[in-house]
Amino acid sequence: MFQIECPYCGARDEREFHFGGEGHLVRPGESVDDESWAQYLYFRDNPKGVHFEQWCHRFGCGTWFNIARDTVTHEILRVYPITDSRPERKSA
Amino acid sequence: MSRYSIWNIARHAASGHRRWAPAWRSPEAKKRYDVVIIGGGGHGLATAYFLASQHGVTRVAVLEKGYLGGGNSGRNTQIIRSNYFYPESAAFYDRSLKLYERLPRELNFNLMLSQRGVLTLAHSRHDMEANRRWFNSVKLNGVDAKLMSREDIARIAPSLNLDSHYPVLGGFLQPRGGIVRHDALTWALARGADSLGVDLLQQCEVTGIEVEHDRVQAVQTTRGRIATGKLALVAAGHSSILAKMAGFRLPVTSMPLQAMVTEPVKPVLDTVIMSGAVHAYASQSDRGEIVIGGGADMHHSYAQKGSVLTYRINARAILELFPWFSRLKIMRHWAGIVDITPDTTAILGKTPVEGIYINCGWGTGGYKAIPAGGETLAHTIAHDRPHPLVEGFNLERFYTGALIDEGAAAGVAH
Repeated sequence: MFQIECPYCGARDEREFHFGGEGHLVRPGESVDDESWAQYLYFRDNPKGVHFEQWCHRFGCGTWFNIARDTVTHEILRVYPITDSRPERKSA
Repeated sequence: MSRYSIWNIARHAASGHRRWAPAWRSPEAKKRYDVVIIGGGGHGLATAYFLASQHGVTRVAVLEKGYLGGGNSGRNTQIIRSNYFYPESAAFYDRSLKLYERLPRELNFNLMLSQRGVLTLAHSRHDMEANRRWFNSVKLNGVDAKLMSREDIARIAPSLNLDSHYPVLGGFLQPRGGIVRHDALTWALARGADSLGVDLLQQCEVTGIEVEHDRVQAVQTTRGRIATGKLALVAAGHSSILAKMAGFRLPVTSMPLQAMVTEPVKPVLDTVIMSGAVHAYASQSDRGEIVIGGGADMHHSYAQKGSVLTYRINARAILELFPWFSRLKIMRHWAGIVDITPDTTAILGKTPVEGIYINCGWGTGGYKAIPAGGETLAHTIAHDRPHPLVEGFNLERFYTGALIDEGAAAGVAH
């Protein structure tokens, strides 16, 4: 079990949170072709290493936020607001 | 290959069993192969075996970064079944079940196939209706199934608690479902492939894939460069990493799926019990251990260990069905990295790179798919077009929208 630092409530157990998948996905415009639309809907980075992802403090304040987390060690490298853009990999 | 038989056991007994030859060779890597398969688990080994046995393609190498069967092939709960909802899935998984019935003889290896039945429980009126619909679909797909009343269930599974917080109202059984010993399957396929000339290269990790003009040329490995015209990516949870090396993306998420076994006890459970409502499943191994599985850890991970949180949730779920398990000690607890697709159907076929084929996306249920996964991928590689059973499992379905959404119907026992 890991702990996540909710930006509003502070460090809480993983059980209070809901994983929301990869962050920073940008919805393409209406005129986009099928392939680009599928890339947006279904295709993911799925890296072995740093992953930028969204979590929600579901059984707490309800806030959605971004974290940068290592998918091998599960170490949380950074917690940042949902409105922030994707950090550079090295500064994560 | 020396055949395994009672006569051979008797003959070797005379020399104290000291002269058995290794079941497969440990060859040096050649500079070039006709087909290179990345991944020495069940699917990769089955692909190599069927390429050699059904298509006469024997200049084949299987590259395994660790040891054969050390990934998900050795981490699953050994359950086989074909009670799927959609016709495409049912046809494929029933082919797989039929191969499981045939392989022990074909491979001259005791796979400890035990068709003890897989029982799916219903805990509410809605479960009962969903189960009946699922059962009807299974029957229409030509697969064996039997509706079970609460009394039927009490008779075949007396150790199950029918009056839990979510009482058991009924269910349905696939009599041909059951379990197969997973190490035996890996070893049998490895021995079979090796005897037909396939090179099994262990401790051989792929570090790069050479692609020129959208065509595969070679792989770079920790045991040197290996040239090939046909490359199969069969790496389950690590598929996205290989795809990235080849320059394309996959609609796959890698997550840990846990399982655990208890200390061994006398025979108490001779069928596989699964419940979607509490999300847990259990069977008893031949050694007497209760093998327990449940839900995946719901976040990305490549660590082959599950979180204590999910472990607790799964243990709690199985205790709903078998409260007396609370007296048992957990002996081992582990996780494998499963590759989950958006529609929970596998991806098997060609890729955007010429000469590269893929078999991935089995998610939490790849073990039961091994024989047919290998057979259809071998066909796809040999003929450079998809096997009819897996035409719908292509990567393009995510662009066209022809998804095969087994999520709701696939059940939880894997």
